[in-house]
Amino acid sequence: MIPTHSNWTPLLGRLGADAIPTEPIVLVTFAAVALGGAALVAALTYFRLWGYLWKEWFTSVDHKKIGIMYMILGLVMFLRGFADAIMIRSQQALGFGGSDGYLNSHHFDQVFTAHGVIMIFFVAMPFVTGLMNYVVPLQIGARDVSFPFLNNFSFWMTAGGAVLVMASLFIGEFARTGWLAYPPLSGLAYSPDVGVDYYIWSLQVAGVGTTLSGVNLIATIVKLRAPGMKLMHMPVFTWTALVTNILIVAVFPVLTVVLALLGLDRVFHTNFFTNDFGGSPMLYVNLIWIWGHPEVYILVLPIFGVFSEVVSTFCSKRLFGYSSMVYATCVIGILSYIVWLHHFFTMGSGASVNSFFGISTMVISIPTGAKLFNWLFTMFRGRIRYELPMMWTVAFMLTFTIGGMTGVMMAVPAADFVLHNSLFLIAHFHNVIIGGVVWGVFAAINYWWPKAFGFKLNQFWGKVSFWCWVPGFWLAFTPLYILGLMGVTRRMRVFDASFDPLRIYYFVALLGALLIAAGIGAMLVQFAVSIWKREEYKDVSGDPWGGRTLEWATSSPPPEYNFAFTPKIHDIDAWADMKAKGVARPVEGFQAILMPQGTWAGIVLAGISTVCGFALIWQVWWLAIASFVTVVATAIFHTFNYDRNFYIPADHVAEVEAARTAQLAALEKGAA
Amino acid sequence: MADHSHGHDAHGHDSAAFHATTKDYVIGFLLSVVLTAIPFWLVMSGAIADKSTTGLIIMAFAAVQVVVHMIYFLHMNGKIEGGWNLMAALFTILLVAIILAGSAWVMFHLNYNMMSDMPKMDGMS
Repeated sequence: MIPTHSNWTPLLGRLGADAIPTEPIVLVTFAAVALGGAALVAALTYFRLWGYLWKEWFTSVDHKKIGIMYMILGLVMFLRGFADAIMIRSQQALGFGGSDGYLNSHHFDQVFTAHGVIMIFFVAMPFVTGLMNYVVPLQIGARDVSFPFLNNFSFWMTAGGAVLVMASLFIGEFARTGWLAYPPLSGLAYSPDVGVDYYIWSLQVAGVGTTLSGVNLIATIVKLRAPGMKLMHMPVFTWTALVTNILIVAVFPVLTVVLALLGLDRVFHTNFFTNDFGGSPMLYVNLIWIWGHPEVYILVLPIFGVFSEVVSTFCSKRLFGYSSMVYATCVIGILSYIVWLHHFFTMGSGASVNSFFGISTMVISIPTGAKLFNWLFTMFRGRIRYELPMMWTVAFMLTFTIGGMTGVMMAVPAADFVLHNSLFLIAHFHNVIIGGVVWGVFAAINYWWPKAFGFKLNQFWGKVSFWCWVPGFWLAFTPLYILGLMGVTRRMRVFDASFDPLRIYYFVALLGALLIAAGIGAMLVQFAVSIWKREEYKDVSGDPWGGRTLEWATSSPPPEYNFAFTPKIHDIDAWADMKAKGVARPVEGFQAILMPQGTWAGIVLAGISTVCGFALIWQVWWLAIASFVTVVATAIFHTFNYDRNFYIPADHVAEVEAARTAQLAALEKGAA
Repeated sequence: MADHSHGHDAHGHDSAAFHATTKDYVIGFLLSVVLTAIPFWLVMSGAIADKSTTGLIIMAFAAVQVVVHMIYFLHMNGKIEGGWNLMAALFTILLVAIILAGSAWVMFHLNYNMMSDMPKMDGMS
């Protein structure tokens, strides 16, 4: 039963000419990507930007630049993941009435797997990590994260994982197993090709980055808060970031282990998750959801933080129920560990187990509901300004509530036996992830963009995007709720004649997806127009929204060192407190500032690790061993680099701050 | 900032947190060797006939080994880092307990309900 790799060679492993796909769709995509890539490389070379990119970005350890690079990675992968979504929707609209659609099953199965994997691991995670990276050090008045080099390395490991997923499009294939790669389907017996190996190693490489970045941000929040900022003075976004990173550090090792065991099954023919020889595929499902359920809170908790910041800023009020918000976050953090079985009620654990996990799932909606009421009470009698971030927040509150309620429905084990694996489930989790995480990221981008770049985003195109996205979402997913209640299952490619009356639902869903595509297009236009007219949208104040937390106390974009003097904190909403007390900005007595130095090590180590991952996927053992040894040797070599810091001279700090003083003075004069 | 405070405070700060002495390392090393040798001996000699008892004893030794490493090699105690390390350790223990006990509970029920018609795996009946 166990297939042998007849075409394995010592030099290239399983890599041969047959690894290059011949499907026309893939070939056209490959040609477009190759041409686009070549054009980009040519343009960067022509404008002599390589040196700048290398020095100022790729090797930078500045948390702000790394945060922005995470966001760019998330955006690029978002376009790829959305292309997969459009392909799924159009295939399902076409595969009726005896038609085979335009995607064969080999390709379709890869598309829905890649869509899930990319959207969770390489879109949502980089977005959330990018936001935390950019905002947290500014909110707590720090100059950088605790381990700046590690931060750069973490980013490039995440990017390395993304590179491996993208490579699977053109060299070999991706997994055809669904986004969690359940065995026995993902085992060697049923998936003998490289698809699942791409899955395993891209997640393992990216997982190193995620775990280390979790360690880094916990240390940052615990150790680097400005003097006077007690835990209960931290901005809510920082609080949610702390709990999120604790979740990351606690559960990503579980994912690493379970994928490693699956890898052992596939490479060394062990039997952890096989059907035979005492293996248990059910154990894989159990273990991966021990990671998987906290993972959804890893994504959504920081987004709850974003909404908290946005609501209190745009209602010009202190957040209602700050401490209940903090406790709700911590309670969700703990409860998220004891609900994992609700993902497999139907596997057969029986009444007692199912009841426990059903009830614990319903309990977790209580702290989440408390958060919603806190936001509503913040808005109550507030002076609400409906800027773009606030619009996304209101859309979130309405949409996410529905998604939460359908979640509680499925928490009833008896109901779940009807809804499990149906399109109802698909509609539910898109409802909470799009309506929660994605829109929260959009709110955050609109909210913090002026901080990162010194100019606001264009309102008109932002509103176009908003009004395409929100109805587009409901158009795309309401039909799936209805189909799911009728019992239609997920991941269908073609439909036989009995499905014909349901075809209209798939058409409406496709229409919704196209409307969302228009929303994404409008957002890209919004970015382009805003960059084009950046002088017009310029914000000199550094505090364009009347912000309440520390990041708005410094200039936009903030200087390399964030704050010339570390601020002293006396209250929640430190910046609002400083504004109310009229604390004057220090204009003299500047000192030299010690900052971490950029380093080549992060990108080089991650690059070699990616090569190692590629070699492991194709079983090119000599290359895997060589690259692994090189990674370890390079890491050891880098520990001898004692030149990790440099001083920004006091003169330079004084110069930057004097320019800022002049800027603010001009602004005040203009206002008067 | 990060490296800043690190570089400057390294001496005053870290020495206040713990005193790593050669004696600690030697004790830790000896304990580790003993705690590793006993399980090896148990398996090699087959001193206890019942396999699952042997397995449980080995796991108990492993748990003690973890604590030895934390105290003698990672120099952890309840006071350093303002109690944060102790809290983190307790939290970790809680989570590991949830994961292990929960998985055992879930897998026991799955095995009982779903595998009963099948030929029993050895040692699981």
